[in-house]
Amino acid sequence: MSDNKSKTSELSRRGFIKVGAAALTAASMPMFFVKDAWAAKDFRNNPGTAGSVKFGFNVPQSGAYADEGADELRAYKLAVEHINGVGDGGMLNTMKPLSLKGNGILGKKVEFVTGDTQTKSDAARASAKRMIEKDGVIMVTGGSSSGVAVAVQGLCQEMGIIFMAGLTHSNDTTGKDKRRYGFRHFFNAYMSGAALGPVLKKEMGTERKAYHLTADYTWGWTQEESIKNTTEGLGWKTTATVKTPVGAGDFSQYITPVLNSGADVLILNHYGKDMINSLTQAVQFGLRDKQVNGKNFEIIVPLFSRLMAQGAGENIKGILGTTNWNWALEDEGSKAFVKSFGAKYGQPPSMAAHTTYVQALLYANACEAAGSFYPPEVIKQLEGFKFDGMGNGPTEYRAEDHQCFKDVLVVRGNDKPTSQFDLLKVEQVVPRSQVEYDAKIFGGELGPYEV
Amino acid sequence: MSMPSLRNDWVVMAIFAAAVLTAPIWLSPVGAGYPDLLQKFAIFGLFAIGFNILFGLTGYLSFGHAVFLGVGSYTAVWSFKLLTMNVLPAIALSILVAGIFAVVIGYLSLRRSGIYFSILTLAFAQMSYNLAYSVLTPITNGETGLQLTMQDARIFDEPTTSGLPSTELFGMSMSGYSGFYFCAVLLIIGFFISLRIFRSPFGLKLLAIKSNQTRMRYTGFNTKPYLLAAFIISGMYAGLAGSLMAVTDPLAGAERMQWTASGEVVLMTILGGVGTLIGPLLGAGIIKYFENIFSALNPGELHQIFSWLPDWLENIVVAISSEFVGDGWHMTLGLSFMLVVIFLPGGVIEGVGRAYTKIRTLLKSDEANESDESVLEPEPVLSAEKE
Amino acid sequence: MDAIFLQILNGLDKGGAYALIALGLTLVFGTLGVVNFAHGALFMLGAFCAVTLQKILTISQKVRDESITFFEAYKEQPYLEIWFGDFGTKIIDWSVPISILLAIPIMLLIGLAMERGLIRHFYKRPHADQILVTFGLAIVLQEIIRSFFGANPIPTPAPDIVAGSAQIGVLLGLGESVVYPWWRIIYLLFSGLVIFLVFAFLQFTTFGMVVRAGMHDRETVGLLGIDVEHKFTIVFGIGAVVAGLAGVMYAPILPPDYHMGMDFLVLSFVVVVVGGMGSLGGAVAAGFLLGLLQSFASMNEIKAILPGIDQIIIYLVAVVIILVRPRGLMGRKGVMED
Repeated sequence: MSDNKSKTSELSRRGFIKVGAAALTAASMPMFFVKDAWAAKDFRNNPGTAGSVKFGFNVPQSGAYADEGADELRAYKLAVEHINGVGDGGMLNTMKPLSLKGNGILGKKVEFVTGDTQTKSDAARASAKRMIEKDGVIMVTGGSSSGVAVAVQGLCQEMGIIFMAGLTHSNDTTGKDKRRYGFRHFFNAYMSGAALGPVLKKEMGTERKAYHLTADYTWGWTQEESIKNTTEGLGWKTTATVKTPVGAGDFSQYITPVLNSGADVLILNHYGKDMINSLTQAVQFGLRDKQVNGKNFEIIVPLFSRLMAQGAGENIKGILGTTNWNWALEDEGSKAFVKSFGAKYGQPPSMAAHTTYVQALLYANACEAAGSFYPPEVIKQLEGFKFDGMGNGPTEYRAEDHQCFKDVLVVRGNDKPTSQFDLLKVEQVVPRSQVEYDAKIFGGELGPYEV
Repeated sequence: MSMPSLRNDWVVMAIFAAAVLTAPIWLSPVGAGYPDLLQKFAIFGLFAIGFNILFGLTGYLSFGHAVFLGVGSYTAVWSFKLLTMNVLPAIALSILVAGIFAVVIGYLSLRRSGIYFSILTLAFAQMSYNLAYSVLTPITNGETGLQLTMQDARIFDEPTTSGLPSTELFGMSMSGYSGFYFCAVLLIIGFFISLRIFRSPFGLKLLAIKSNQTRMRYTGFNTKPYLLAAFIISGMYAGLAGSLMAVTDPLAGAERMQWTASGEVVLMTILGGVGTLIGPLLGAGIIKYFENIFSALNPGELHQIFSWLPDWLENIVVAISSEFVGDGWHMTLGLSFMLVVIFLPGGVIEGVGRAYTKIRTLLKSDEANESDESVLEPEPVLSAEKE
Repeated sequence: MDAIFLQILNGLDKGGAYALIALGLTLVFGTLGVVNFAHGALFMLGAFCAVTLQKILTISQKVRDESITFFEAYKEQPYLEIWFGDFGTKIIDWSVPISILLAIPIMLLIGLAMERGLIRHFYKRPHADQILVTFGLAIVLQEIIRSFFGANPIPTPAPDIVAGSAQIGVLLGLGESVVYPWWRIIYLLFSGLVIFLVFAFLQFTTFGMVVRAGMHDRETVGLLGIDVEHKFTIVFGIGAVVAGLAGVMYAPILPPDYHMGMDFLVLSFVVVVVGGMGSLGGAVAAGFLLGLLQSFASMNEIKAILPGIDQIIIYLVAVVIILVRPRGLMGRKGVMED
């Protein structure tokens, strides 16, 4: 009898502990897990029956690329207006094929949140996570460097949110670090090299000796490699490839060895501030007035933008390089975009603005075409999507690596600008067929559709 | 000035633990109640608490503490790549490796004091950063940062077929809220250890070194082992924080070791209140809050926040405040640094203490509740700082 | 041989810049004992004196480019050119040297205002507080500049006549490839001149004597009835002017942007500490030493043996020097050692 009694009391105590523990767990983890559980059933940040969807614009708002980031943000706001049917519609008037109807996406109004990447991987990921976890965005887009693009793209793959990359030029973004959930409209270092090749041959011949100064990080290396392959293919010799620390400021110690190296071409694999500084200083060392091997010494900057040209001032005049897009292009898509951007902001869009605007539209269009926001469906719409009327001629989102293939612009710093914006002159539009490559050469794996 | 009693410490711990574990609830109204930021609060709180053991107790200002954060992250990601996705080995290894780095850097740097010590630590960290960014790319994956790949060995794990694996603690995923609670538990443990150190004879010796090292030496007391121990402990805290960054988000980048990152923890500690127990944690929270929330506000959201004002006033308020959010968040940060240090010489914690005293005098009639006094009021330690 | 000669020049030139930046800092940091994290911002403000003057001189008549209809694009012609023709062009061309005249009073005013308004309240506060307040100030100054000028670097060219390179190789009987930009030569000479003037001022004037005495023992000098605080205000002002001049002169080499101060901040602290706290001569010597070593470490021949050495040389040398010599090159005992 007494045994029996003690047993019951023990049982009840155990039961009490169990209940207590369960209650504690429940108390310490309230609704959040429930929310996560919901997300697991369909997909993360499913708008469901809500009247709107949110985009996350993750751009540099501080640091060296803040101006570029500001321009990206302008373009995004314009894209949102156009998708929602506000304003003149911009490229919606020229884009083919077009599924968007100018009433948002699938009848839902598009809203947005913004964040600051600071051009740092950690900050960019933190900002993207905030957008995904707190604001419930359906897509993240933006950025102004390859390190950030790769970092955010990886995160978005884990989270199951589509990432539409902004300005990123490294081969890795759609090469060894490509992801199923990441898409890049911008061109890459390989294409820059391939596009420059024929122009360099025409301008400088096949008997040249090139000296590379390369920013010492992944983007710099991939560009150096791509350009080197191209120029050596033309028969040029490579005198030296020198790595320079990022943010070196004063490049004199790297420029002086160029003087008596016997090289007659200097290739600056630098971007942003590094490029502005190294080019300014190289010109001060008289490289552009120099004669070597009976030829004029030349400087090439494989990738540059109008904002960089602005920073380099006089020094950029006559310098050859490539760019993804320029506002002075005469096709219908570019004109429509420049017109609505110019009307709204009183200045022309930069190439960063163009690529981000197009990316936002492409994503929206893919959702509309898929009839769903479910990422795997949207991804399948984007993969292999062929479109036109967006400023770069006929373009294709290649399914194998999520890289857009389109014409590349070879540009030259304008000698006689007719206005403060007229800094780049389009030298040649290199057709898509010349810059294409096999998706396998860079390796990498896209990963699964469902995460 | 008497030693706080042991009972009091347990009350402090209980309140602290409760506050940390309920953070998702009381931080939601200010927009900070989401996993990533909560994780960052806990992680940088640990980093700052550890930093404070060195700086707050000994007065030695390390300007290269981020190197341990970075080393911790790299070690953790390598552990995920080579061993297993379970976080425990990653954390243990990170603390160990950060500790080893701290022994070497601490041993050399502690040969000097004052600004010379600061510059030595800065130099070690900058060298690590520059090398990790460039020539050490095979180990660190340079600018892109070290990431998991499908080809990683992970010798203790079953090979995965569908996508990248995620970090886990015996099956519990370490992202989202469970990741936060994991960090929170470690933060509570870390805070407890720091509290015990502050109260211990070891802590008192460190304080004595801070107030007058020469006198300590003249009494035949060898200060070096104590300083080195403090340096290593705080380096291990940083290593733990670094590993938690990788646990909640398996990526490690070189920029975590840059001087700006080292400077950030210095600023966090000073902003919150050097040498106080809770101050560094507050400082970390404030800076991370500015970085993540203020930077994301735009005029549209400001209009929503101030929509309760009359229209004309709303527009004025939004026009002015929009200068200080979004891309103006740095400005707000700079201004708040200046205001805090001008008006609250003991850091934010002094403001909290003052407010607390004021409220108490207002509610004099109520029975004084002494329980959390030692958390909120500046520690006696602080007065030593102000000499 | 030519290559080494050029690297020596590079090193001297870099050293001149480092020394100049460090000199301003060491006046404030090593002698007044203020950990001034806003020093980089002063350097940046100096550079923006040049930018501002250039912007003012090139205020332009805008002629609308009619071919562009989507937004307003202008062909700009500065009024100075319209009014004064070639003479106007010349003035614009010389805007950087002219801005030195502008920078001296402006930077002096900024320095005095900073000291009077803020820094002097922090002499007796812990270094930690000084760090926080000056860092906050640096961010605020930076953001103010950014709100006016944007984040993009702004080209600020040197006058045309010195924009290219000098054929020093021919002059010295070395190879023809030995050329060096005129502006860098001018920078080197200029930094030498400024360093000399600061030393002379402290060495040969009564004012300088009092300051030096005050650095050693502020209280005794104060007891002698000399207004040390007042003198220190002026020292801070001089520090700001030197930092500003370093910035103005650097503008043609490094197109200024709002963040350039932060880029030089750490470096300037390293130079000052390697030179030794409280020693002006030490800061100058350390500046040149680090400049020279950095140039040599960047040579391809050396990088081939020690990859990445150019990335860390400055910090490596700092570690070695501080470990070998407890107070840097020429530091005074007891300054900022606790």
